[in-house]
Amino acid sequence: MSFLSLLARNRLALAGLIVMALVVLLALVTPILPLADPDVTNTGNRFLKPFSEGALLGTDHLGRDLLSRLLWGTRLSLAVGFAAAVIAAVLGAAVGIIAGYYGGRVDNLIMRGVDMLMAFPYILLALAIVAALGPGLLNALIAVAAVNIPFFARNIRGITVGIAHKEFVDAAKLAGMGDARIIVSEVLPNVVPVIVIAMSTTVGWMILETAGLSFLGLGSQPPQADLGSMLGEARSALITNPHTSVVPGVMILIIVMAINLLGDGVRDALDPRLRSGALTRPMAATMVQRKGPVPDPQGDNVLDLRGLETQFHVKDRIYRAVGGVSWGVKPGECLGIIGESGSGKSVTALSVMGLVASPPGVITGGAVFYKGEDLVGAPYERLRSLRGREVAYIFQDPLATLHPLYKVGDQLVEAIRVHHHVSDKEARAKALGLLKDVRIPNAESRLENYPHEMSGGMRQRVGIAMALANDPEVIIADEPTTALDVTVQAQILSLLDTLRREKGLAIVFITHDFGVVAQLCDRVAVMYAGRIVEEGPTQIVLDAPAHPYTRRLIACVPELGEGKRALHAIPGLPPAVNDLPPGCAFAPRCDKATEACRQGEIALDAFGARKLRCLFPETELEAAQ
Amino acid sequence: MSIALKLDALSKTFVVGKQLFGPPKGRVHAVHPVTLEVPEGETLGIVGESGCGKSTLARMLVGLLEPSGGSIEIAGKPLDNADPAVFGKRIQYVFQDPISSLNPRKTVRQIMEVPLKRLHGMDKAQRDRRISEIFAQVNLREEFLDRYPHEFSGGQAQRIGIARALAAEAKILILDEPVSALDVSVQAQVLNLLAELKQRLGLTYLFISHDLAVVEAVSDRVAVLYFGSVVEIGRAEDVFANPRHPYTKLLADSAPVVGRPLTAPEGRETELPDPLNPPKGCAFRARCPYAGERCGEEVPRLEGETQLAACFHPLR
Amino acid sequence: MGSYILKRLVSAIPVLLGITVIVFAIMALIPGDPATAILGSYATPENVEKLNRDLGLDKPAVQRYFIWLFNMMQGDFGRSFSLNRPVLDEVLDRFGATLVLAGTSFVLCSLIGVAAGVVSAARQYGFADKAITFVVLLGISIPSFFLGMMMILIFAVQLRWFPASGMWPIYGDRNLLVLLDHLLMPALALAVVATGVVARLSRSAMLEVLRQDYIRTARAKGVPERGVIWRHALRAAMVSIIPVLGIQAGFVLSGAVYIEMVFQWPGVGRMLVDAILKRDILLVQGGVVFVAACYVGFNIVVDVAQSLLDPRIKT
Ligand SMILES: Nc1ncnc2c1ncn2[C@@H]1O[C@H](COP(=O)(O)OP(=O)(O)OP(=O)(O)O)[C@@H](O)[C@H]1O
Ligand code: SF4
Ligand code: SF4
Ligand SMILES: [Mg+2]
Repeated sequence: MSFLSLLARNRLALAGLIVMALVVLLALVTPILPLADPDVTNTGNRFLKPFSEGALLGTDHLGRDLLSRLLWGTRLSLAVGFAAAVIAAVLGAAVGIIAGYYGGRVDNLIMRGVDMLMAFPYILLALAIVAALGPGLLNALIAVAAVNIPFFARNIRGITVGIAHKEFVDAAKLAGMGDARIIVSEVLPNVVPVIVIAMSTTVGWMILETAGLSFLGLGSQPPQADLGSMLGEARSALITNPHTSVVPGVMILIIVMAINLLGDGVRDALDPRLRSGALTRPMAATMVQRKGPVPDPQGDNVLDLRGLETQFHVKDRIYRAVGGVSWGVKPGECLGIIGESGSGKSVTALSVMGLVASPPGVITGGAVFYKGEDLVGAPYERLRSLRGREVAYIFQDPLATLHPLYKVGDQLVEAIRVHHHVSDKEARAKALGLLKDVRIPNAESRLENYPHEMSGGMRQRVGIAMALANDPEVIIADEPTTALDVTVQAQILSLLDTLRREKGLAIVFITHDFGVVAQLCDRVAVMYAGRIVEEGPTQIVLDAPAHPYTRRLIACVPELGEGKRALHAIPGLPPAVNDLPPGCAFAPRCDKATEACRQGEIALDAFGARKLRCLFPETELEAAQ
Repeated sequence: MSIALKLDALSKTFVVGKQLFGPPKGRVHAVHPVTLEVPEGETLGIVGESGCGKSTLARMLVGLLEPSGGSIEIAGKPLDNADPAVFGKRIQYVFQDPISSLNPRKTVRQIMEVPLKRLHGMDKAQRDRRISEIFAQVNLREEFLDRYPHEFSGGQAQRIGIARALAAEAKILILDEPVSALDVSVQAQVLNLLAELKQRLGLTYLFISHDLAVVEAVSDRVAVLYFGSVVEIGRAEDVFANPRHPYTKLLADSAPVVGRPLTAPEGRETELPDPLNPPKGCAFRARCPYAGERCGEEVPRLEGETQLAACFHPLR
Repeated sequence: MGSYILKRLVSAIPVLLGITVIVFAIMALIPGDPATAILGSYATPENVEKLNRDLGLDKPAVQRYFIWLFNMMQGDFGRSFSLNRPVLDEVLDRFGATLVLAGTSFVLCSLIGVAAGVVSAARQYGFADKAITFVVLLGISIPSFFLGMMMILIFAVQLRWFPASGMWPIYGDRNLLVLLDHLLMPALALAVVATGVVARLSRSAMLEVLRQDYIRTARAKGVPERGVIWRHALRAAMVSIIPVLGIQAGFVLSGAVYIEMVFQWPGVGRMLVDAILKRDILLVQGGVVFVAACYVGFNIVVDVAQSLLDPRIKT
């Protein structure tokens, strides 16, 4: 099972598991071990040191054998801790699921109650409960469980609310399931891992707490002892006979630490995000491990990519997201990059300034020349000084790409001040000018807005203003209008077009919409499975696509104004980039494919103003150069 | 031809900012009274920008949301306050996000079995037979049945979603942005599959999308939604080619089309009206170049012969 | 903002009432006759009856609750029979000491915890991260009372760096330095667990935030890495850290019980344990309600801080 193997792969968790298994085993066999009776006093032998004759760990203030008491105490502490955790988890989860699933009034009522319980400083409530029920181990167990129920309830409720609003729950309703059945068969299986995680990370805590109550004399009552009460009794002899305290204390520490290690391992193994490594922190710049020779700069492009290769190394798999991409833009030019999802458009764009999340991203080959300077492998400080100042980005979803907690004015000011030593006032004046440049009405008051207070179109205008803040030479726009409505998209596109002409910007425009490319870009490059398959002047490529993929991609997109009709779908799916076929990546879906296409590498050849990676072009082309 | 689906003044109002004491802070009229008839075998397209009430309308139709007013009739029978299981056999829903509409912890077979068991009470053998049948219809291999949803691409997952809807044997499918999450090459596959199924099984579709070109390509008639109201409805080939409502025209002009120069049809940056404080009169007035005095006073009603528009100064 | 604070204050009223109900209900669970419990089993029936009348225990529970509540609102928390003085006086005397201890621990755990979490996230899988993670693990696994005892053993008994117990010396001046001298060990012992929890949470909150698109935007703007971490990421992470700090305040406030026992600190926690063991119901009720009310007040401060940080919270 993958869960166990994942757990085993985590060495710390494994250590925790082993220690825990040993402790549990010891606790289980305690009754059959040849131990002295833990509760028989023998005041003549009080405070024997550890390793004394007949008492391996010594004796306590009443001359009772510490080893025996320790093992019996451990047994008790473990049992009580686990019991409390299970009770709290089951009850808390039940309450949380009901509140989260039904929502509305039920939720309101339950969560008010939970809030009230949580308004107590934690142990205080447990103290109150023990005060009422009277000291005793069972009562301490009840108190600790009760106090933890609200935590579980709140945690599980949050998860349940998220699941109850998932579309598969709606689908289950439409398929005729009732509420109870939905809770059991749709919601619960998705909540269980969370319950297990919550439980495994709190068992240790519960053991600590019951030990705490016993330590205060409110838990187990003499002569019976759990680890906490052993510590409590030893306290008065702390200075004279520290071993009586150290023994139970260290045992608690060992148990809880093992449980915590194990709990973390369980969490890591069950949490899908941790499993996929999505919770790793991206470094300040993408890692570079160039193997092959570095190409030389050529031509008069401001930004020029030569054979760029970017990969994702996830565990033992290699995703060749970008497999040798070359393109360039001249000042004032707009290059469109078009392709389907996963074809590597974004990764190419982010590789330019080392913004690909790394790990797992690695640039493994090629070069990115900005005005002749290779940015791949440039020192971080150099890269940073170019970011936003010479090459700026506009990203897709303006709500996610602006910082939610800073005013847009402050974000613009920051963009200016990281590159220019100007006063806050000057920067603010510039920011105002930028907002006006992107045609935001009432620019002054908009500076004081937070991103969530603006509409999508406005936010994207702010995104554009931020990209323009330092008068960059190149702007890379990664699907800047995909998240917007058509009417807003039209406004943003025409704004970008105007700005480009006014400021002589070079724009790299990434999209999956041929209409947008046709309207905005001078040249277009078509990507498929991490490579460019065709490139050329927009008009020519769209009118007479030469690559079978381009032609069929254009054909399968409906265009407004042609009425109801059947579409020319491309069968099959794009290949996974960790498992690319040899030869032409499009071959499995191409109706012109021959053996030759599946053989070796097919080069991107230049034909006049166009470039093509195909053995059997769709149209007549100029002779290859 | 008989009427498959009839909506009479169907509306939805959300109460926002509920307080423990005192009146709620406001009401959002997500769907203004909508009256529509969908004949059997038709595909009615519904377009509109984000937040115009498309999904709210769709969720009311399948009983996932309680309407605030009006009624729904399916094949002449009213469907008021029926429970979802009854809805389920008459009308089904295909969700926008193919992956999240499948329970990640169930196999495809378990997912497929639910409607067969709950709605049609089939036994194991019948279910297996029916599942094979449906899978053949949607071009899915049966070996997929024992896999979990995360192992599928978006297009495959969407086919499973469609298969599940078919299993209920409802004659009406509400398709809520069924291809928006898919890639263009896969999108065409799914659209063609939907067209084929409709032919073969005699289904009626309500096809909701924000993509004008897709809606035009699959629909017989198209309804344009703006701010919770139908502002224009007519034959698919006419609505965008010869719009009557100024908003429809704006939409059509904004869509990027190969061969048309880039223009911003709207000069200024405009925004949707505030749903908590809806404007008096026509909701489109602030953006409308043809607005007259009457537009600020009265709410225009849908009028016309085959192509109806809710506008006092229609373009045709 | 003013109206938000007001709104929060108003919404605290039902919570406070709820607290009194819960405390009262729990105490009403006490099996048997409280008066007998107080007077012991040798009490004469007349004495028991008299005490019951004095305590108002002969009335129905609902009525008793309202009398108790009404008296509390007038500042009368009743009289502690074991100490023979008004509950409120005793609680107020003790609460100051607890506040000094728990407050110091809270400040320590917030500062150290957040800083450790941020460093740990920023150097994920580096040496600092591993070291911090290990220390944190140790911290959340050690019982604070055991830690306190070991500290006494080492730093007070062996090394004689700090006094072993108490808040003030029995003789001599009471100034800030003396207080700090006594405070350091208990405050640290109390802070350790909470620091661990805060550090863990800060680390994962930071890791979560560092993957967000707006962090990439900040980098794309050319913001130096230090700014990315401390200005962009930490600010956003604080949104999920602050509520946890609120919970930790509750932990240190109540965890103080153990530390007060170990270090003989004259706080509310020790008072409560004594009261429980002596079954001094009114003192327990009063103490719990008082501390819980203070905690509710503190949580309002937390909420206000949160709303100042996050403009998306409607104020
Ligand atoms: N963090 C990552 N770990 C592993 N693989 C990744 C990661 N990010 C991207 N990839 C892979 O890289 C490939 C290219 O992705 P990319 O985001 O560049 O595509 P895209 O063309 O921009 O697609 P879209 O149109 O959806 O934006 C995909 O196959 C994707 O699965
Ligand atoms: S190289 Fe062959 S398989 Fe590839 S696109 Fe051209 S014709 Fe098709
Ligand atoms: S009714 Fe008036 S404002 Fe509304 S769309 Fe027609 S002309 Fe414009
Ligand atoms: Mg992308």
